[in-house]
Amino acid sequence: MTKAGTTVAPADTSARAVRLPHRRGIELALIVLAVLLSVYGYCAVGLARHGTVPPGAAGYGAGLGVLAFLAHLAVRLRAPYADPLLLPIGVLLNGLGLVLIYRLDLETPGDRAAPTQLVWSTVGVTLFIVVVLMLPDHRVLQRYAYVCVAAALALLIVPILFPAVNGARIWIRIAGFSIQPGEFAKVLLAVFFAAYLATNRNALASSGRRFWGLQLPTGRVLGPLLAIWLISVGVLVLERDLGTSLLFFGLFVVLLYVATGLTGWIALGLLLAAVGAFAVGWLEPHVHTRVEDWLHPFASIEAGQGPNQLAQSLFAFAAGGVLGTGLGLGHSVLIGFAAKSDFILATAGEELGLAGLSAIFLLYALLVERGYRAGLALRDPFGRLLATGLASIVALQVFVIAGGVGGLIPLTGMAMPFLAQGGSSVVTNWAIVALLIRVSDSAHGQYDDKETP
Amino acid sequence: MTRYIRHAACFCALLLVALLVNAIRVQVFQARAHDTNPANRRENIARYGRERGDILVDGRPVTGSRDTGEQLRYERTYRDGPLYAPVTGFASQEYGTTLLEHTEDPVLSGSDPMLTPFPLWNDFTRRRNPGGDVVTTLNGAAQQAAFRGLAGRKGAVAALEPATGRVLALVSSPSYDPGVLSGNSPGVGRSWAWLNANPDKPMLNRAVRQTYPPGSTFKVVTAAAALDAGVIRDVDAPTDSPAPYTLPGTTTSLSNESDGCEDLSLREAFRWSCNTVFAKLGVDVGVRDMTATARAFGFNDDALRIPFSVARSTFDPSVDRAQLALSSIGQYNTRATPLQMAMVSAAVADGGQIRTPYLVERTTTAGGSIVDTAGPRPVRQAMTPETAAVLKELMTQVVTEGTGTNAAIPGAIVGGKTGTAQHGIGNAGMPYAWFVAWAQGERDMQPKVAVAVVVEDASAVRGDITGGGVAAPIARAVMKAVLNAKE
Repeated sequence: MTKAGTTVAPADTSARAVRLPHRRGIELALIVLAVLLSVYGYCAVGLARHGTVPPGAAGYGAGLGVLAFLAHLAVRLRAPYADPLLLPIGVLLNGLGLVLIYRLDLETPGDRAAPTQLVWSTVGVTLFIVVVLMLPDHRVLQRYAYVCVAAALALLIVPILFPAVNGARIWIRIAGFSIQPGEFAKVLLAVFFAAYLATNRNALASSGRRFWGLQLPTGRVLGPLLAIWLISVGVLVLERDLGTSLLFFGLFVVLLYVATGLTGWIALGLLLAAVGAFAVGWLEPHVHTRVEDWLHPFASIEAGQGPNQLAQSLFAFAAGGVLGTGLGLGHSVLIGFAAKSDFILATAGEELGLAGLSAIFLLYALLVERGYRAGLALRDPFGRLLATGLASIVALQVFVIAGGVGGLIPLTGMAMPFLAQGGSSVVTNWAIVALLIRVSDSAHGQYDDKETP
Repeated sequence: MTRYIRHAACFCALLLVALLVNAIRVQVFQARAHDTNPANRRENIARYGRERGDILVDGRPVTGSRDTGEQLRYERTYRDGPLYAPVTGFASQEYGTTLLEHTEDPVLSGSDPMLTPFPLWNDFTRRRNPGGDVVTTLNGAAQQAAFRGLAGRKGAVAALEPATGRVLALVSSPSYDPGVLSGNSPGVGRSWAWLNANPDKPMLNRAVRQTYPPGSTFKVVTAAAALDAGVIRDVDAPTDSPAPYTLPGTTTSLSNESDGCEDLSLREAFRWSCNTVFAKLGVDVGVRDMTATARAFGFNDDALRIPFSVARSTFDPSVDRAQLALSSIGQYNTRATPLQMAMVSAAVADGGQIRTPYLVERTTTAGGSIVDTAGPRPVRQAMTPETAAVLKELMTQVVTEGTGTNAAIPGAIVGGKTGTAQHGIGNAGMPYAWFVAWAQGERDMQPKVAVAVVVEDASAVRGDITGGGVAAPIARAVMKAVLNAKE
């Protein structure tokens, strides 16, 4: 392998010889800090808006604290070597999201989203605890690769049968709750991609003919992969969910590159992306509008129709400036119906300013970095690819949505992990953190390993 | 694989850097442009997020603020809205601001930097100043007397304190309640449309924004010009004026409402308002001296602000002798705002001096500390003190034994001049009834109030009697209110 690769093997042996410390105390301290910061956020909103500490602050704080503590106990019990930063970052981002949604609820008294979000957070943390307790080893998942991909495709197809919401067929509504199955599908697809590529990476990298300097794998190896990818993208075009489509595509390219190390895959990926983007932008009016809005965010103002969502979002970021207006004192509700979901970052940008926004970005970066670190420390290819995939999901999602609402790239409807209103999203992200905990526990702890690196 | 994982990690780091750079771009470099974008409602939300300061009459607010709990939170309310509308104007979320609400907006809305004790500290804390108050010079009793006197008829009243130029009353009728324009509900739009379509033009400030032919009240100016120019040396000497008077260079003959005007002295001609005498007097004075005197009284001045702008009152300097004759009796192109005619009356009352009128006594912070006070105002000599003394006497006689007896106040010295201005093509319209006056209480050292009243479409017999019959009682009520006011 490479020089970097050779340094891993002795580290592994030393890790086996000298167990890393548990560091659960650090995790607990950070969790307490995260809960206190969230409660402080509640109080800041209440003090800014009504001059009093909001009556729900203690309840929300206690709820979040109990959930985080139970999650911590599960980790302490079943994943003692796990990275101590992952869970506190999840708690802090989820708590901050609850504060921002609660804050926006004050502007829309008829439509309260924070209580529902707390319920979904509970479901998410429960799922986290179940995964940490029930999944003994991440490699178990490798066996269920095809079950995962079948489930993922099913989840993607189901919403087509339901009516479109705001132009996208990505929702199913049952008993008052709306679920976005595509959110769950991305974890399942990551598992599948990781399992498939771990098995076939040698064939992909070295078999087949060379063509224009590219090593093309045989159709037998590449076929299933391309077919599943095409199906998922096709479904997404039908559902008009550009963001998730972009995310799947990015995940696919990153994992393919990491698995095979062939730079040609990136070139091919970018070429496919360019062709796809051009075709979709040309054929699909919904997407075409998004691109136009991105290029000319103030066109609707000049046309006398008032600022659109993106313009309002830019106004909100600008109003925040460097230090922000303070929690509860901004006017990001002007953005309209998506203020609590896709555009939640604009509220953070306005009320916490560039300083707060940078802190949030760094929290995500830390989460991603810890995921990659776990991947690097593992020895089994599936685990490495899985950790890389999960971390990449978070990174790509943050980039696509934050870049969209900040005017860096065309806007795509997507949920900011943990921050945005949306039950499916919160549950999925807790599942991602749970898997990363499991993977990092394996990476840092001792496990009976039959595989050679 | 390690190497490729590291590459992928670097790619993610690049994405993060792109996000941070973009955030700096939007939040630092583009922030000002976005903040000042007219489509960005934050400035308006901040503006209406505070209670607006108040406009005070006699130390009591005539305005208020209502908390609507909406996004543009505070709406303007008005106490006695129609009464004070010609002074306050409106402050509408939808249609902007007018009059004092407009000129004093920086103080009222709290954006005036003078309201801030520590500007740098406020920049740091992002605190907004509460709106300051505007204390007017108005006399509430006089304002009400004028409003009641007009009783919904079209017309206007302006009253001044001659010694200072303080505006004591400014009334326009018919009026409207500016409160109906405050918010941004559909009802506000309907009110706006209705007020603009109303043929009576209730939003027109007739006291300062409408000019009328001043008619015989302009004879005060003509008499001042004749005395200052030395055309008349003895007010009791008979003038060489025929009745009827054929306008110079024409065959048009000018007659009088009353008989016996031929060769009358200035004193008698003033008392009975003889058109022929004053038309000829104007011609004798000449266009240059007539224009100079008119200008000294404030005619042909575009720049008058009280602090809102006042329409230009005109005396046309490019007239021939026949037109000059008509101009000298307040017809032809001679036009005046009620405020301008109050200034003419005030000049007579104050020894020939004109003090620039003003409406804002002082502005204060919400806490009451003074931000700005009305400083010394420019003074202009409209006529010599001797001429003013003579005119004072002539005007007093109009009230004691002339056309203006309806303005007499027991125990006070009152001077006045009636007027009836013809208008419309061929004098088809109903005449405007005018009365200008001043009054001095028995214990006062000098006249306390000067007033001008105009009533449009005075539905009475044509003639000077109209000004005395319709407008003089209103002037009397206003002057009485001022004289009775406790200092």
